[in-house]
Amino acid sequence: MQMSTQTLPSEAAQTPVAVNPTVAERKGLTKKELAADHPTWCPGCGDFSVLALYFKLLEKRKLHQDQFVSISGIGCSSRFPYFVQAHGAHFIHGRALPFATGIALSRPDQHVFAFSGDGDAFSIGGNHFSHTARKNVNMSLVVMDNQVYGLTKKQTSPTSPLGFKSKTDGWGAVDHPINPLKQAISMGATFVARTTSTNPNHVLAMMEQAMDHNGFSFIQCLSECVEFYEGAFDSANPRKGGVFNEVPKEHDVTDEFAAYQLASTPFPGHFGVFYKVNRPTKNEKEAEIIAKHRAKVGEAKDWQILQKTFDRLK
Amino acid sequence: MSSTAPSAPASGEAPKVSKISEAVIRIAGNSQDGIQAIGGFLARLAGRSEQEVMTFMTIPSTISGGPSIFQVRIGSGEVLSAGDEADVLLCFYQHSYEGHINSLRKGGIVLFDADHVTPKPEFEKDYRHVGVKISSLTVEAIGGTAKDKGKNIFSLGLVARMFDLNITKLEKLISERFAGKDESIVKNALAAFHAGYGYSFGSLTDLFQFTESQQQGRTQVVMNGNEALAYGLIAAGVRFGAGYPITPWSDIMEALRRELPKYGGMFIQCEDEIASAAMALGASYAGRVAVTGSSGPGIALKMECLGWGIMAEVPLIVVDIQRGGPSTGMPTNVEQSDLNIACYGSHGDAPRVVLAPSNVEDCFYTAIEAVNIATKYNVPVFILSDQAIATRIEAFPEPDLQKVWQDITPDLSPVQDHKPYDLSAANGYVKRIVPGTKIASGKYPVATGLEHDEMGHPTGSPKLHAQMTAKRRKKLQVLAAEVGTPKIYGPPEGNVLLVGWGSTEGPIREAVDRARGAGDSVSGLNIRHISPLPNGLENIFSGFNHVLVVEMNDEGLYGYGQLAAMLRARFCDPKIRAINKVDGLTYKVKDILDRMKAMLNAKA
Repeated sequence: MQMSTQTLPSEAAQTPVAVNPTVAERKGLTKKELAADHPTWCPGCGDFSVLALYFKLLEKRKLHQDQFVSISGIGCSSRFPYFVQAHGAHFIHGRALPFATGIALSRPDQHVFAFSGDGDAFSIGGNHFSHTARKNVNMSLVVMDNQVYGLTKKQTSPTSPLGFKSKTDGWGAVDHPINPLKQAISMGATFVARTTSTNPNHVLAMMEQAMDHNGFSFIQCLSECVEFYEGAFDSANPRKGGVFNEVPKEHDVTDEFAAYQLASTPFPGHFGVFYKVNRPTKNEKEAEIIAKHRAKVGEAKDWQILQKTFDRLK
Repeated sequence: MSSTAPSAPASGEAPKVSKISEAVIRIAGNSQDGIQAIGGFLARLAGRSEQEVMTFMTIPSTISGGPSIFQVRIGSGEVLSAGDEADVLLCFYQHSYEGHINSLRKGGIVLFDADHVTPKPEFEKDYRHVGVKISSLTVEAIGGTAKDKGKNIFSLGLVARMFDLNITKLEKLISERFAGKDESIVKNALAAFHAGYGYSFGSLTDLFQFTESQQQGRTQVVMNGNEALAYGLIAAGVRFGAGYPITPWSDIMEALRRELPKYGGMFIQCEDEIASAAMALGASYAGRVAVTGSSGPGIALKMECLGWGIMAEVPLIVVDIQRGGPSTGMPTNVEQSDLNIACYGSHGDAPRVVLAPSNVEDCFYTAIEAVNIATKYNVPVFILSDQAIATRIEAFPEPDLQKVWQDITPDLSPVQDHKPYDLSAANGYVKRIVPGTKIASGKYPVATGLEHDEMGHPTGSPKLHAQMTAKRRKKLQVLAAEVGTPKIYGPPEGNVLLVGWGSTEGPIREAVDRARGAGDSVSGLNIRHISPLPNGLENIFSGFNHVLVVEMNDEGLYGYGQLAAMLRARFCDPKIRAINKVDGLTYKVKDILDRMKAMLNAKA
């Protein structure tokens, strides 16, 4: 077999996880096996819960270390890959998505999970958030949104509400905040969900659906910064006297306009899947282009394909 | 045009036929006249005739219109540059005539479109004027009303007559070029060509015939530098790339987008330059080394990603097709002013590899070398080409593809243990493993931009930062010892050593030949490995009284070009001096020799 003709390193790896018997038989990894460095987050940080539920997801879905990668940018939340005992990369600020795209496109045998924060995903990486959504790259993005820059100690973030007092807006934030759900929907994301770190079962349910979605799946996960924006999400937490409103049962997740409208509900808004449609993924489109070209070259060895090109340049 | 002996005596109406070993033909018109096509046909014909060829072109950085030239130098012997002066100037308009007459050698031939050009008396005494009503004769030949269509092919016919070119081969090239299009297009093109070829110059001009090529029996391919680079990357095993359009890099991304799917790979057009560097790094991290590239401002945007690749020790190929800078600068002109950003761009102590191909053929092989260095040393590698190599066409011996072909598919076999940043590794690098690899110890590495321990976990340890910084440096010092000392062109000892890098190699060699022909003691040196510099250069320099570094960049604040400054810093040798220029054009051999003489005289 001409290995170099394959985008994938191995044929076996192309078999979907769900139908691969060798995988189905094995046990899920335990939290002990999956935990790496002790998280550097502040006690009480919402990100602990997201990490714990990621471990749960990997265990429940029996994903082993040769089947997934965890990728992040820069920020408190982006320390994530260090805490997971698996292949992972801690990339630069704002660019986790294009980096993860490079993996997702060249290694379709891998589940690609990207973890990010509101500054990383919506501010410095805002362009990539839009374009990864529109390209519908097959991967999942979890943004731990705390509405503040935590790692740099309390500056205004793109999701900080108007009036939020930060070190860069001592008088209260004046710039209109981004609504990430609306941005994702309008840019062509095919899976858009919202959850909150204080509702573990819901976080896990969203992660599972995101993982199963074929295409770019985006989860906005409210995750409180107890140090710099304490109580930000109390009104979404029943234990703190708030309300946890799920997306209404009658909401049609394939209705773009309805999803957009639902995403406009003022805080605490709704939780659940806002939008989910099937559109060919970037992975499928590229695979189609490759298949078409490979069919044309037939049985030729790779070097013979270039030889043919060179013969035309004589 | 070096004449040897006239093969037939001039008699009556029959034009004189002279044997020549080479010719420089400059074609001047507007960018939509298809003059690149004439040049392309001539270059390809030379390739098929076992001759050497080099072209040079300028295009305006506008979408359509504007003056444009294409210069072709064809030779039966070695052709090292596109030629200082033209032997024949083919011009379509008054502005092309007046603007380029100075590029013609005294006594050269101006072949002009008599429908558009009125010769000027002051030029008529120095140059031989041959007027042909190119526009109207083309219309006469192929009919129709399209006023400009086909006149390039008609002119090709004129040139073919003038130089007694191989008609059968040219007809075949024309048919191949228009193959797949409407049959009438091929017919019209051939009609225009035959009309031009059939034109009777009478006594208007001499005719010429090339001597037998000295390169008998070699099969050549004809392409430009960007094509050679793209095909080199494919042969090297690269199957993923990401980029953003910018001149003159775009040809490479277009070629890879078109070609890679045939090999099971893909090239992704990204939302911006940063995303393309990030995406290529992601693909590299996950498997085979991937490529990104750009020109000018795009390179500046990739620098943070490059730093991550150096820190995380993830390989990457960055192609930089240099153009005039800074900022948007001169998008369609050549300059060698990105050496500093390639070697030093990005923050922190960030050693990386920089290679500079010296001609079109070298683009192909440099791509392979870059991939192998990146893969072995886990490091980003710059390929520093330039607009001149990117767009010029050369014929070169066909590479043995079966032999050079590489498969760099990563090995996913399980390993017992893996330390990606092993400080005890002999030469500072380990064999990289990629996602999908099972590690039996259960300890998995993280690729990171933070300073880290041997597993990639963050550290604030001063000791580790010092050790890791040294590790990233040392592996490139190992590479420096491995690449070997470059070969001197000419004797290893003498008065002057002309040092260059990249596309100046050709003109520098020709300058050496010419200077030695005149009895001067001059040798040449082309440095392909810019970072790290190869070991042993000091031994080469010690053989000469003067080391003059010829570059297409500015002399800078302190009087030295970018390579010259690096060499002075490296060797602390005051005899290293600089010859620079930034006019956006390639060096003429005469420029180099004049500047060299002026420097030597100034010192005396």
